[in-house]
Amino acid sequence: MQTNDLINALKADAAKSTMPLGYVWWVAMLAASIVAAVAFFVLIGPRPDFAVAAQTLRFLFKFVVTLILAVVAFALLRVLSRPGSNVRSAALWLLLPPVLIGAAVAAELFAVPSGQLVTVWWGKNVYVCLTFIPLIGLGPLAVFLAALRHGAPTRPGLAGGVAGLLAGSIAATFYAAHCTDDSPLFVATWYSIAIAGLVGVGMIVGRRVARW
Amino acid sequence: MNGQGENELAMLLRAAIAGDEKAYAAFLERTATMVRSFARRKIVQGGVDPEDIVQETLLAIHMKRHTWISDGPVLPWVYAIARFKLIDAFRRRGRRVEIEIGDIAETFAQPEAETVSDREISRVLDGLAPGQRSVVAAISVEGRSIGETAEKFGMTETAVRVALHRGLQSIAKKFGRS
Repeated sequence: MQTNDLINALKADAAKSTMPLGYVWWVAMLAASIVAAVAFFVLIGPRPDFAVAAQTLRFLFKFVVTLILAVVAFALLRVLSRPGSNVRSAALWLLLPPVLIGAAVAAELFAVPSGQLVTVWWGKNVYVCLTFIPLIGLGPLAVFLAALRHGAPTRPGLAGGVAGLLAGSIAATFYAAHCTDDSPLFVATWYSIAIAGLVGVGMIVGRRVARW
Repeated sequence: MNGQGENELAMLLRAAIAGDEKAYAAFLERTATMVRSFARRKIVQGGVDPEDIVQETLLAIHMKRHTWISDGPVLPWVYAIARFKLIDAFRRRGRRVEIEIGDIAETFAQPEAETVSDREISRVLDGLAPGQRSVVAAISVEGRSIGETAEKFGMTETAVRVALHRGLQSIAKKFGRS
């Protein structure tokens, strides 16, 4: 088959249109949030003193960090799904969440008496956190990887990893409403490890399924 | 290509995505020329046929044309796809060489039968389901329209369109995965 023959076939198929990628990403975001919400309410649910906790700075800060991470990861994932886009400027925003959490950790180190630091850092929910963030995030990760297949990532592994990051940040946002360990020390350590697990899964699976 | 050329190319692609076949053919022809010279420049050592890269890129562009932002630049998008397909081709052929190393003696003994139509895509086309293969071949190689193809095989036009689309889809998939 010559190239001109191929062009004949492609132009005959021009009328067949598919959903624009930008639209697909918002549908995926909505679906992933619903999936995560269902998993959250079925598996663990919010903490009993949610209303009281919502008036404390430490509790609210957890949502600030996880939501900013979600926004940044979502923007980067959309960029990575289009060939030839400017990845660098979207990737630079990834520095923002670590800077925020780093500042919060520094403040916490001053605020908490040194004798209690280890107690606060280890908290009461390490294993709950390491179990349920990945568990809540698996559904969203599957949704984002499916959306990624509709896109055209020129770096499938990296894009899969960012899909894991996004799924992890959504899961962490829900999980933060359950967890009673509000210290930035706890969040910086255990949330990060839990999300990193999803990033790893996303990279491995993405490399296989997001090729085109 | 200068700014004006890029604007024209973007206009053609916009019209194509809206369903304009003529604009699409013009877009694909210009893109083929660009990718051909790109591939020839990049393939120094041989082993990969530049025309295979052109065809894989056109097919990928077709399957992924919804990933172009319709008011964004078109050249970076085209070249990113071409680069991706080129790297993919090198990787795949590299692997294949290792696998087939035992057959080299046999291959050498045979006369070089490299015809112009001896392309990767022809081999992939041969692997399609018979129905899809004959529809794709009628429209591409024989240059028939959808209507003529429907008449030839006694199918409805819708069925021809579906067979064509599925056929192209599985060709694209085999390029990416094999």
